[in-house]
Amino acid sequence: MLGIPDKAVFLAYALSVFSALLCVLYGVANWNKGDEPIQTEDVQWAKEEKEDIEETL
Amino acid sequence: MEKITLAAFVLAYLGIVLFLGWRGFRNTRTVTDYLLAGRRSHPWVMALSYGATFISTSAIVGFGGVAAVYGMGLMWLTFTNIFIGIFIAFAFFGPPTRRLGLRLDAHTFPELLGRRYRSRAIQSSSAALIFLFMPLYASAVLMSAAKFLSEHLGLSYQEALYLFAGIVAVSVVLGGLKGVLYTDAFQAAVMTAGMVALLLLSYYRLGGLTAAYKKLAALHSAVPPRLTALGHQGWTAFPAFGSVLWWTLVGSIMTGVSIGVLAQPQLVVRFMTVRRESELHRAIPIGALFILLTVGIAYLVGPLTNVFFHETSDTLALQRAGGDVERIIPMYVTAALPPFFSILFLVTLLSAAMSTLSSQFHVIGTALGRDLLEEGLGLPARFRTLHLSRIGMVAAILFALLLGVEMERILGKTGTEIVARSTAIFFGLCASIFLPVYAAALWCRSATRAGALTAMLVGALSYVLWMLFMQEKTAALFGLSQRWFGTRSLGIVIRPEGESLLQTGPVLWTHVDASLVALPIAILAILLVSAFTPKFSPDHLARCFSPPNQNSAA
Repeated sequence: MLGIPDKAVFLAYALSVFSALLCVLYGVANWNKGDEPIQTEDVQWAKEEKEDIEETL
Repeated sequence: MEKITLAAFVLAYLGIVLFLGWRGFRNTRTVTDYLLAGRRSHPWVMALSYGATFISTSAIVGFGGVAAVYGMGLMWLTFTNIFIGIFIAFAFFGPPTRRLGLRLDAHTFPELLGRRYRSRAIQSSSAALIFLFMPLYASAVLMSAAKFLSEHLGLSYQEALYLFAGIVAVSVVLGGLKGVLYTDAFQAAVMTAGMVALLLLSYYRLGGLTAAYKKLAALHSAVPPRLTALGHQGWTAFPAFGSVLWWTLVGSIMTGVSIGVLAQPQLVVRFMTVRRESELHRAIPIGALFILLTVGIAYLVGPLTNVFFHETSDTLALQRAGGDVERIIPMYVTAALPPFFSILFLVTLLSAAMSTLSSQFHVIGTALGRDLLEEGLGLPARFRTLHLSRIGMVAAILFALLLGVEMERILGKTGTEIVARSTAIFFGLCASIFLPVYAAALWCRSATRAGALTAMLVGALSYVLWMLFMQEKTAALFGLSQRWFGTRSLGIVIRPEGESLLQTGPVLWTHVDASLVALPIAILAILLVSAFTPKFSPDHLARCFSPPNQNSAA
């Protein structure tokens, strides 16, 4: 197995790669999960931010 | 000529860092901008910043060197770093932390705990702990970076220390968390490029992936008898179960760092910087790949240095480095890899140090400015937070500099060793003191203020006692056990026929990390005391846990 004879070490090697893959799959599968509906404060924030940027420009 | 090229690269790199810090400064208008990057940071930027903060030079050079001695068993730490440090942290701890932070309008980790438990004492004591202990961890990172800079740029150690601290100071103090996130993301990209190049060049140098490990496995017979007696079974094998090396690896190195990451204030605060919960999920892939490509590579290349030194000079890496574990990786880079890579590697190490330092200074500064001075002393007017936090950060940087210089001057070699071990001690302290209280704040409605305070106190006490009197490495370093009880550690039994280690079944108590003992005690304390002390009002719990629309209705 890639020149690594000890199963415990090979398992750590494999688990590291698989857990990174699991993280990629989890991230993709839950890409939009947990979004909360837009609140009035969000709209207000976006408005203020827009005004601020326009002022700076 | 080579020195000029190197200096040009380092200066260009530092120039980019300063520019990004300045961009953070330009985009900082409010307290929330300064403390939490406006709660609007991009998930990938946040994930890279989290990873780059988590991984300091000690993870690459220190633990890479440890892997050169212990072998590839350290790959288990890569797995736990990804699984616990990224997956569990982002998928389970991240969303409730972000929600709770938003509902309680908390801007720092101590403020999150203080508002959840409605306790100024919890907020102030958490902040004090951060302000007192984190500078030690920061000075360890600062000193190692200054050491590399002075060696490569021909500066004196003091000059390198002040130059490096000055540049970090400018980008953090001015740019706030936005500056930190921008520079971290850039530094994470540099680190990834440097580490991937390190792996590919090493495989190329040693004849390819499988050939390199076959050579490493064949080195089994070269393990020094001293290490074999402690349980070493070769660099491609895990140490023998229950042996001293097995306990050092599993009981000290792996558990302390793996669990401690969940309650690191500078990392937790990142969950509060994103706009939506979904962005925490989107951050997971980038965070995991970053850890795999940085620490994973450091632990793969570390053991392989033995093959290179054995082939070229018939020595092992540790012998070649004169017994200094931290010298192994830099020495290997200089001896085995092309000169251009030394420049990339130096910039990689500077990035690792700088990204960790900037977040540490930000957290220490806000602990002093926001939590201790503004909230703890009750100073009014929110506009002061920015100024107080900036003053706090300057104080933090000066404190870390002072520790970096004075610990060595006052305590000599012991001082340097205390600083070197402070990273592990800080991780352990965070796990023992903050983790139970933080986890209960997120999920346990029945946790009480008295329970939280008791758990913090008991966690701190049991950690410190175990570290000073039982855990052999730290107990021997601080020397209190020797002075009071005449033995390096209370776990060493001295008999006329010689020393033996206190053992229960397979457990070698002197090699069990203090956090493994303190954490269960603190968990028990919060559960028990909370069961018998007054609970929080339903109103407060609704504010903490119910969705905002129901909360406003309540």
